[in-house]
Amino acid sequence: MINEEIGAAQRAEFETVIGLEVHVELLTRSKMFCGCRNEFGSPPNTNVCPVCLGMPGSLPVVNRRAVEFLCKTGLALGCDVAPFSKFDRKNYFYPDMPKNYQISQYDMPLTHGGAIALPSGKRVGLTRIHLEEDTGKNIHGGATIAQSQYTLVDYNRAGVPLMEIVSEPEISSPEEAEAYLAELKAVLSYLGVSDVKMHEGSLRCDANVSIRPAGSGELGTKTEVKNLNSFRSVGRAIGYEIARMRESAQAGERIVQETRGWDEARGVTLSMRSKEFAHDYRYFPDPDLVPLTIDSALLERWRTELPELPSAKRERYISTLGLSAYDAELLAADRASAEYFEAVAEFSKSPKEAANWLAGDVRRSLQKHGIELTDTPMKPGQLAALIAMVKEGAVSGKAAKEVCDVLVAGGGDPKAIVAERGLAQTSDASAIGAFVDQAIAANAESVAAYRGGKEKAFEFLVGQVMRVSRGKANVDVARALLKARLG
Amino acid sequence: MTAGHEIRDAVLRHERSALEIADEALARIAAVDPKLNAFVTVTPERARARAREIDAAVARGDNPGLLAGVPVAVKDLFCTAGVRTTCGSKILENFIPPYSATVVERLEAHGAVIVGKTNMDEFAMGSSCENSAFFPTRNPWDPSRVPGGSSGGSASAVGARCVPVALGTDTGGSIREPASFCNVVGVKPTYGRVSRYGMIAFASSLDQAGPMTADVRDAADVLEAIAGHDPMDATSVDVPVPHYASALRDNLSGVRVGIVEEFEHSIAGDAALAQLYAGAYGTLRELGASPVSVCLPHARYGLATYYLIAPAECSSNLARYDGVRYGLRVADGGDVYAMFEKTRAAGFGAEVKRRIILGTYALSSGYYDAYYVRAQKIRTLMKADFDAAFTRCDVIACPAVSCPPFELGAKADPVSMYLMDYFTIPMSLAGIPAMSVPAGYINGLPVGLQIAAPAFEEARMLGVAHAFERATNVVRQRQPVVAADAQGTGAGSRA
Repeated sequence: MINEEIGAAQRAEFETVIGLEVHVELLTRSKMFCGCRNEFGSPPNTNVCPVCLGMPGSLPVVNRRAVEFLCKTGLALGCDVAPFSKFDRKNYFYPDMPKNYQISQYDMPLTHGGAIALPSGKRVGLTRIHLEEDTGKNIHGGATIAQSQYTLVDYNRAGVPLMEIVSEPEISSPEEAEAYLAELKAVLSYLGVSDVKMHEGSLRCDANVSIRPAGSGELGTKTEVKNLNSFRSVGRAIGYEIARMRESAQAGERIVQETRGWDEARGVTLSMRSKEFAHDYRYFPDPDLVPLTIDSALLERWRTELPELPSAKRERYISTLGLSAYDAELLAADRASAEYFEAVAEFSKSPKEAANWLAGDVRRSLQKHGIELTDTPMKPGQLAALIAMVKEGAVSGKAAKEVCDVLVAGGGDPKAIVAERGLAQTSDASAIGAFVDQAIAANAESVAAYRGGKEKAFEFLVGQVMRVSRGKANVDVARALLKARLG
Repeated sequence: MTAGHEIRDAVLRHERSALEIADEALARIAAVDPKLNAFVTVTPERARARAREIDAAVARGDNPGLLAGVPVAVKDLFCTAGVRTTCGSKILENFIPPYSATVVERLEAHGAVIVGKTNMDEFAMGSSCENSAFFPTRNPWDPSRVPGGSSGGSASAVGARCVPVALGTDTGGSIREPASFCNVVGVKPTYGRVSRYGMIAFASSLDQAGPMTADVRDAADVLEAIAGHDPMDATSVDVPVPHYASALRDNLSGVRVGIVEEFEHSIAGDAALAQLYAGAYGTLRELGASPVSVCLPHARYGLATYYLIAPAECSSNLARYDGVRYGLRVADGGDVYAMFEKTRAAGFGAEVKRRIILGTYALSSGYYDAYYVRAQKIRTLMKADFDAAFTRCDVIACPAVSCPPFELGAKADPVSMYLMDYFTIPMSLAGIPAMSVPAGYINGLPVGLQIAAPAFEEARMLGVAHAFERATNVVRQRQPVVAADAQGTGAGSRA
């Protein structure tokens, strides 16, 4: 979380201006300009060919699917898709870049404008989205470059389609930056255009941070913060930067325009290079590629193929299904959860219960077993069946929690699990009477307290009856019997 | 000499075997090349193996294609899988590509037998073949003179009758000028007509591969074999490839031939050259063509425009030669940037470095608009010049060169060398097809006539060149010096 110092900075007479540049690897089958597989985690230099190795004489050919993915993202975010755009070369030398230039888009990106609507209702404008190619990866022989005798280069990632989404400088706090990323991630996961895994680098974020006197229309000197590996580090790094800038400003120091790297372990940003060393990228149109034209009929077809997006889902979950804003946000956060939830709601005909289970017990069990919703063997129909059993009184709420945990870990038929574990709810007065007697015998103090007028002790005793019955007792019957015996 | 189509016909008629023809070509190369240095690499085993395949196919009754059994030399910037491809540079001296250029595959698919890789100006930058990092190539018509460039090795090999067919590339005249110097036919197709995949790039928006051949008929066959859309080259155009051979003509009645006023003005001071070209235009008229005067008002900006665009693109295209993945690596201490610098300092020759520096400067921030963007605008104007000219004529006939082949070392000043491309650059900038066809001799040295046509009208251009070739029979009038020396050896004895 953001430390106190930063909180103080925000309360003071400065306001914060943040713009985010997000790079997203697209989930196409092949790379941006060649037929090599686009796949994370393959053995080094196995997904390579003359084109993505920049061999002499090789030429790029545009992956139309990547163009489609970018355009669909643009349509989903309300961007204007350019009917005519082009690719440019960004020239600089670095060994992970096979051609020593990156094919990117400079002055004619595929989209302009658009916005990301945050759950708070704020809209953060987008400047542009463009298409480019990813670089390879340098693997240094030692702990750092300076300590390395050699560096190996893996070009599997070289040429993977990369979409760069640039926001307007309209984000005003670290929390808002995190919300922006969460919403962007949700939209991309809905569109299925990226697997948006920040830890695998398929979503990467750089932050442009500046401060200015509150109410000023001008932008202050910015720093670009890199090396942000999680949403949390984005928030922390921005928070640190704001505090650092504010301190400088109050000490009368000049803020230097520079690139700073986030040191996750130390929780600080460190200067990487200042503007004096800024590259001249010598952009020019790539003569190996013809300009990109998107015809309006194709664009309209893509528009009709868009899925329902997170903001629309949240809205529908609240207004039509009666979910709380919290549950709606949680369940609509990614496409897999939303689809799972909708399937359970559909099968069980109980959207609110489905939401309660998914936001509560299922979530806790997933955490306990260290798996994601997409990994659990529990099918939506199985959870729906469990919900129905609770409703019918076939299993108590307490016993159902145990069944749920079993389902999350291994799946199965909830009825069979209930039978196997002897968890079927009983309303049989003699059986429950025995549980009640046991509870009374074991809790003499509480019994005395209740009889002495402490109403609260009654609820405790109900709980004890349920515990003794391992959740099998019908709670209403237990309550009635307990009242009668204590009567 | 024996032309490629004559060889093919003999092979298909079972009169001669592809193997015997390959052996003759290899013997001829062995006899002549020590005087010429046209080849960087000769591939006898590969050639003989391929020739045996062709013979086996013919024996089975298959038709291996337009170039069945024809020995072909390939400029050393086309990637050939498993065969060293140097691009005339130290930086690729030991580079063996893992893949072949599309045009190489297409030649072989049509039955061609590749016998070797030819010398060239390093990275195709030059007009004399003297910029090769290995050795200069010499002109078969006078070995004290250059063969032209950058496709000088291919021109010399065809001119010396080592092979009837070679592949060259043309960026600003690199096929047409050496074709003129070595008395062969050289065709630069429309930009986009032939795939560039596997052709080592100099200036991507200008480079085109094309045939350099013994006669126009061979050029038509080779172009038909290599032309056409390639899914691996986004700039190759999906326009049907005609059967060029059927467009070859014997007379030019009804053809309007544009004579470029500005070009005529610039050769007026050279009596021999002016007389030679006047004679060539006279031949076209005698064949039935009607000459019309046309203007290319922006042609005078051609060189300046070219020397911004081509170096700009090359500065980026050649960035990949850094010692990391292939080719020369000089790493004797220091960090990776030291390795880049040392590798490139040792690997590139002076002309390549000059153009990389020029191009880097032209693209740099603050100069880009003044240089690169303006050069592109002139290019558009130059295209418009040709569009206007072609409303008045069907083809343009003009000088290919401003002089016959010159002696080695005669053009030490880079700008005097750049001027060699004066007549060929405008067509390159406009992206239209143009060719050089032998037109006559000045002091016994060959000079070519340039014929240009609108985009994708290669058939029309070849038709005119064919009529001119038949009427003049320039190539058969004389023997190159080197051919006379080597009488009695190999294919030369059949001339």
